[in-house]
Amino acid sequence: MNYSARVNVMLKDGIADPQGQTIERALPALGYAGIEDVRVGKLIELTLDAPDPQEARRRVLEMCEKLLANPVIESYEVTIQ
Amino acid sequence: MSARVAIVVFPGSNCEIDCRRAFNSLGAETTMVWHAEKSLPETDLVVLPGGFAHGDYLRTGAIARFSPIMESVHAHAGDGGYVIGICNGFQVLCEAGLLPGALRKNAGLKFLCKWVDLRVDDSTSPLTRRAEQGRVLKVPINHFEGNWYCEPDVLESMRSRGQIVLRYVDNPNGSLDDAACIVNEARNVMGLMPHPERACDVLLGSTDGAVLFESILDSIAVPAAAT
Repeated sequence: MNYSARVNVMLKDGIADPQGQTIERALPALGYAGIEDVRVGKLIELTLDAPDPQEARRRVLEMCEKLLANPVIESYEVTIQ
Repeated sequence: MSARVAIVVFPGSNCEIDCRRAFNSLGAETTMVWHAEKSLPETDLVVLPGGFAHGDYLRTGAIARFSPIMESVHAHAGDGGYVIGICNGFQVLCEAGLLPGALRKNAGLKFLCKWVDLRVDDSTSPLTRRAEQGRVLKVPINHFEGNWYCEPDVLESMRSRGQIVLRYVDNPNGSLDDAACIVNEARNVMGLMPHPERACDVLLGSTDGAVLFESILDSIAVPAAAT
């Protein structure tokens, strides 16, 4: 059975995000006031064959630990459909 | 006998020839090793050079750490063999777990290509033993992801063990604790963002990089007494 997985990778809380900071400084220049807490991450989509959604999730979490995220500086969330 | 240096070449590496030239000029024998090889030649030192291994897709060094040669690099390091990662090579070593921490995008989001001053804060590492403590070395940097980070408890133990051996005099990239060069706990694996191989000839404006490479060649010839 094929499952679609979405992996959101974000810098961990407390880790400075220069991209987010740059966007946060740029938005007011376009007239958007009151902008704060801009954070930039990655969205990774993939399709995988697995016997059930639990196994699909387990495999994607393993992929996150091994490759998709760097646990030293990044956190991740996995959604399986 | 000349020291034997193996320089790993990933698809996208671009400093391997500079490294070869620098080590040859200091009397070492060099061999280029393609990343798809499974084994290293008999060697005293493994160098992971700068560049953009595997295009640096996903994260710098994230794909390179799974190159076939890396198992042998792990084994070499595990046996106490010397490994140096320069710039992208440093990023690969962090991703591979051979060095603590990770390299983030530079604070300020600028690609930095310039000369920097590095202060020798530990002159007992294999890469700094020819330089006296406090000496300032002029070496160029050339990177976008040199902003080193590790967790606070890791930093504390690294500081207490003198594992941050070179610090930026004027931190260009936001690196934690001004770290420019770190060593692992066993002090045989080293990573640095600056490029010593580009500072080994008077024509290039500095020979301070040669101090670092001569140090590691010294360490190979005469290992430090166990402490």
